[in-house]
Amino acid sequence: MNVDVLSRPAASRPAASRLAIADGDIHPARKKPSDIYPYLEKRWQTHLETFGLRFRHGFQYGPAYPKGQPLACRRDATPPGGGKPGCDLDFLRAQLLDAHNVQLGILNPLSPSGQGFQDTEFSIAFCRAVNDWQVAEWTSREPRLKASVVVPYEDGPAAAAEIDRRAGDKNFAQVLLLSRTAEPLGNRRYWPIYEAAVRAGLPVGVHAFGYGGSAISAGGWPSFYIEEMNGHAQCSQALLTSMVIEGVFERFPDLRLVLIESGFAWLPPLAWRLDKHFLRLRAETPHLRRLPSEYIRDQVWLTTQPVEEPTTRSQLLDSIEWIGWDRLIFATDYPHWDFDDPAHVLPLPIPEARRRAFFFDNAAALYGMAG
Amino acid sequence: MTALPPGAIDCDVHPTVPGLSALLPHMEDHWRDMVAQRGVHELHSISYPDPSPLTARPDWRGSDGRAATDVEKLRAQALDRFGTGVAICNCLYGVQLLYSEDMAAAYARAVNDWIAREWLDREPRLRASIVVPVQNAELAVQEIERCAADPRFVQVLLLVMGEIPLGRRQHWPIYAAAERHGLPIGIHAGSSYRHPTTPVGWPTYYTEDYVGQAQAFQQQLASLICEGVFAKFPGLRVVLLESGVSWLPAFLWRLDKYWRGLRMEIPWVNRPPSEIVRDQVRLTLQPLDAPPKPEQLQRLLEHLESDRLLLFSTDYPHWQFDGPDVLPDGLSADLAQKILVDNPLATYPRLSESSLTKGVS
Repeated sequence: MNVDVLSRPAASRPAASRLAIADGDIHPARKKPSDIYPYLEKRWQTHLETFGLRFRHGFQYGPAYPKGQPLACRRDATPPGGGKPGCDLDFLRAQLLDAHNVQLGILNPLSPSGQGFQDTEFSIAFCRAVNDWQVAEWTSREPRLKASVVVPYEDGPAAAAEIDRRAGDKNFAQVLLLSRTAEPLGNRRYWPIYEAAVRAGLPVGVHAFGYGGSAISAGGWPSFYIEEMNGHAQCSQALLTSMVIEGVFERFPDLRLVLIESGFAWLPPLAWRLDKHFLRLRAETPHLRRLPSEYIRDQVWLTTQPVEEPTTRSQLLDSIEWIGWDRLIFATDYPHWDFDDPAHVLPLPIPEARRRAFFFDNAAALYGMAG
Repeated sequence: MTALPPGAIDCDVHPTVPGLSALLPHMEDHWRDMVAQRGVHELHSISYPDPSPLTARPDWRGSDGRAATDVEKLRAQALDRFGTGVAICNCLYGVQLLYSEDMAAAYARAVNDWIAREWLDREPRLRASIVVPVQNAELAVQEIERCAADPRFVQVLLLVMGEIPLGRRQHWPIYAAAERHGLPIGIHAGSSYRHPTTPVGWPTYYTEDYVGQAQAFQQQLASLICEGVFAKFPGLRVVLLESGVSWLPAFLWRLDKYWRGLRMEIPWVNRPPSEIVRDQVRLTLQPLDAPPKPEQLQRLLEHLESDRLLLFSTDYPHWQFDGPDVLPDGLSADLAQKILVDNPLATYPRLSESSLTKGVS
């Protein structure tokens, strides 16, 4: 169902919305494809117009699975001047930042960002253009917004070079990858990315989706979009397993990983399972010096949207306890259809300190914006 | 540990095919000839590497390093040791990995006949799952029909990772046959290796592969629900074998939510996935993948929202626990009784008394 959230009476907004909010997942868009041209070399403009975009799935336009809503967006998020939801800074200010008192918003460009292109050279050029575009059109005009360094992650050294280019630039708050890579993210081909992120002092965010080529279930391609959506949680479980067991966190103890838009309640059971079987199969991974759950507790954060919704609502609080109240980053996923509203997202009243951590302080600390 | 109550039903034990030669007497001439002529190798799946610690508990391995290769070992180490009333054999020979449908059907027949002769005939406490050539639903149904005449076959066995998701309609004749004969579908950890064993590509370590089985179960359960298998076959029961348990609540919270948002895509799913699971899906106990603290386990059991979901299993000879500690600490006597006896009996119609005495010679 679609609701015009702006038409809700202001008086109905509970106190939660008056807290400063940090939003860990905002998707800026371009009104039309050529809006990236000012930042993209002429050669690649021509390439785009000659060959189009090619990912590891079969359709020229749109995703492998048709979404549940046009562009997977809220129907009230189309700007008054037209164009894709998320393409108009002023409207985003009004509908998201001002309406929900978002004081820190992390931009995660997806549409397209250059990530996951089949052509690596094109991916390198397009990612660079999208990073320039984020600064020129968003973060330099709106100090509440911070950009993510999108990188051509299938080429580790090229991705590291892009991170190095942005290191020290306060417009950027994290490095961004997508979850569905060609190989699991613990694979050594991706380690230059982690090394560069640590060098730049930036967390590495991994957003659900992508175009790695593998079926989204290890038992083949499912039929339905709902299965793809549900499957992003399993993709994140798999990539986190890979990063832990391959020793990424052991090798890079200062690496901070943020799993974005793949849920969070699955994390404690995964950590329990990892510990159990790691101990049984200990001889295989002598490079690990700590329990998997310990690496996870110290080095992994998760954004909250879409918040899991147990029928018995208090059970979600058990999950958060097990993860740690200091490890969740509230996110709306604006302008997507499964937007989480900060005023309604938590299932039960919680103490003030925890609310502040959940809605702002954790993100501010993680992204270096505290104080 | 407290002694198990009498009549405990172990829903997951694994007889090991000692070698291809053991199956030869149960093969048709052509396939027996092919074994010799082509030099067919042992079909042991890499899901359980023979020497891996998880594949067999050290005290259950024989002098050749292998475990559960004959009924005497299983009888002494599992049935007598735990005082088991009935145990269900799930043979994990790599039939499902073969690319030839006909070869898979021939090997499935051989495995099932070997199980009946070498295990079920020799130990009255044993029951078995029917190994089927899942590569071809028509051949799989033929094998179900052939074996279902023997009431000691109580379930149809599939692997969690195959060529196409288990909910896809190509598999439905298998579910129809299973429902018709009162056979639950048992889905066991393992893969036919048609796809990388994770949705993000091939892992490096066996540890990742085994941990990742739980993600495959989540996705196959979603497939069965979303494709409408449970609505189409309301009498069908699905048992997740060696799946892990602790992932289930969070999985259902997410799938229920997406169902509310996207049910227009799957209108035949007319109630929340969590309800469907509570009515028609069961999970074996080992490996429980339990949290470290007993109070966390209590919370987790509450999150399951039902005391009918779990079925006792040792996963013999896989090394999931040490000594006799097959049950986690902190289960109430009432819940233990349900897990050990009541739930398995309610899940497997062929374990009821009338079936137990009928036709077992």
